[in-house]
Amino acid sequence: MAKKAPVRKANGRDVHYEVEQFLYRQAELLDTKHWQDWIELFTPDGVYWMPPEPSYKTWDGQPAIFAEDKNLMTVRMKRVLHPDAWSQRPLWETNHVVSNVVVEKVAPNGDVQVRSRFHMMELRRDDVRHFAGSYRHELKKTKDGYRIKLQRVDMTNAQAAYDYVLQMWV
Amino acid sequence: MLQEQIPDLAKYVEPDRVRREVYTDPEIYGLEMQRIHERVWIYCGHESQVPKAGDYYTVQIGRQPMLMVRGADGKIHVLYNRCPHRGNMMCGDRKGNAGDFFRCSYHAWTFQHDGRLRSIPMMESGYSGTRYGKDNPDCSMKRAARVENYRGFVFTSLAKDGPTLAEFLGASRVAFDDMCDRAPEGEVEIVPNCFRVIQHSNWKIFLENQLDALHPSVTHQSTGRAAHEVEKMIAAKAKKGEAPLSYHMLSAFATVTIDKWDAFQTLNYPHGHCILTGYMGLRPQDPDTLAYDKIMIKKYGQQRFEEIVGVNIHHVLIYPGLSVQSPLQQLRAVRPLGVDRTLTEIWHFRLKGAPEAIYRRSLAYYNLVNSPATLVNADDLENFWKCHQGLSSDGGDWVTFGRHLGRDIEKNGVMETAPNCGTSEAPMRNQMKAWAEYMRG
Repeated sequence: MAKKAPVRKANGRDVHYEVEQFLYRQAELLDTKHWQDWIELFTPDGVYWMPPEPSYKTWDGQPAIFAEDKNLMTVRMKRVLHPDAWSQRPLWETNHVVSNVVVEKVAPNGDVQVRSRFHMMELRRDDVRHFAGSYRHELKKTKDGYRIKLQRVDMTNAQAAYDYVLQMWV
Repeated sequence: MLQEQIPDLAKYVEPDRVRREVYTDPEIYGLEMQRIHERVWIYCGHESQVPKAGDYYTVQIGRQPMLMVRGADGKIHVLYNRCPHRGNMMCGDRKGNAGDFFRCSYHAWTFQHDGRLRSIPMMESGYSGTRYGKDNPDCSMKRAARVENYRGFVFTSLAKDGPTLAEFLGASRVAFDDMCDRAPEGEVEIVPNCFRVIQHSNWKIFLENQLDALHPSVTHQSTGRAAHEVEKMIAAKAKKGEAPLSYHMLSAFATVTIDKWDAFQTLNYPHGHCILTGYMGLRPQDPDTLAYDKIMIKKYGQQRFEEIVGVNIHHVLIYPGLSVQSPLQQLRAVRPLGVDRTLTEIWHFRLKGAPEAIYRRSLAYYNLVNSPATLVNADDLENFWKCHQGLSSDGGDWVTFGRHLGRDIEKNGVMETAPNCGTSEAPMRNQMKAWAEYMRG
């Protein structure tokens, strides 16, 4: 009996390329301040999470620097777009570089778990700050492309005192 | 000698205005560290931060790097973080466990948890016949002059003399009573995370903002409006027609309009302590609250329960270093780092014996308002920075606190704001009065 032909899967390189493009697009939306488009990258129950330290296993019921569903993301977006968000009035720009992309898991349904590293430079008035760390995305494969179920952001400087605060997603 | 350089501090403070140098002059800052922060009772931390013997936390008191440590006998000690030998800092980490004793990383002198010298390598051969050894107190780690604990909250004073902690706190101790009494077990425990945020402004600017009832609807309107829009959107979609309470906590900044804040009241006490009354509607009739009420009534009885949850406090300011939101079980400790740099250490506490949902409710506030990605304080910090910049200019000499001046009502040494004068600048006047008293020495 002839061997059954193997099911044709997206080859590893294609997944890697698609995931990378997705991560770059997410970073670009932040840097170009397309907040609504950025929020739309999440699934309806998606969560953006920045734990206070690397040992945390879940965002639920714990202290968190960010732990936002789409509703809270919308509050944050509307706040910075309000003309009287005083702290947002000065010149404020960011630049993200995302790299070291490692696809950790690809599920049979196409969902992906991917980790990467980022470096973000922020300019506010005349001050430059640097933040760096790692992302872990749990991506759901949909007909419109990937959507984020959970994005975990571990800041390398999470435990250091924050000089001023973070106003937007990193 | 600073006193000679600043001969007449009285001229810097009038009952309703303060010279700008009080916020910007590094010499005045040095003097206030010496006369205020390194003398009065300053909050170190909560005893549940150091549960096991040898557990320590470092803490800055005025300009002094200190250690709060749990001894083998269970007692909490506060020590200068310094080896008496060559001055090396003993603990370089922010927190940790010292083991059975402290050991200096430079020459291995060791010390008990209470600071007493334990051993020196080759002590007999190296030091016999000298003045150095266990009998000489100068060979031990220096202890804080006084340490006291009120309901688990540990304070230290670096001065031998002065009022006791109870005398110092006076009525402001309600901050801790209100927190602990709301716990079915009568005490709180720390949630083991500290948010630390640095403000680019003088420490007094932060404290003066804490009970400033005029600022929320101005400073925080962007967040209030944004949250209110989303709150309405969620309510329209939800079956029960209500958004989570956390949205209300944020939208209140817009829905409680500027005129409504006059309905609040401030109570102003000796030593600069102040209370802002008002509760932001945190006693709703939802199932979580009702379940909590039931546990509390069983524990305390109906009458005592009503007393406990009826305490009407929004904020307690314990001058010069602590801002407490007791109904939400969180506090911000103020650590001045320099004349224009101030660290806030922000902690949340769990009511022992209360249902998980009650913890989560105040946790939401901790995360949304007090985290380094705060939806609220970002605009405060922007204003603080702008204040400090303005005060550094020659555009004017004074900061004024004239709102509702002369309308405060004195009752047994407490200045109460008159009815419908909640936005009074009485708390700032009260803080500067205490400041001037301390600075006169």
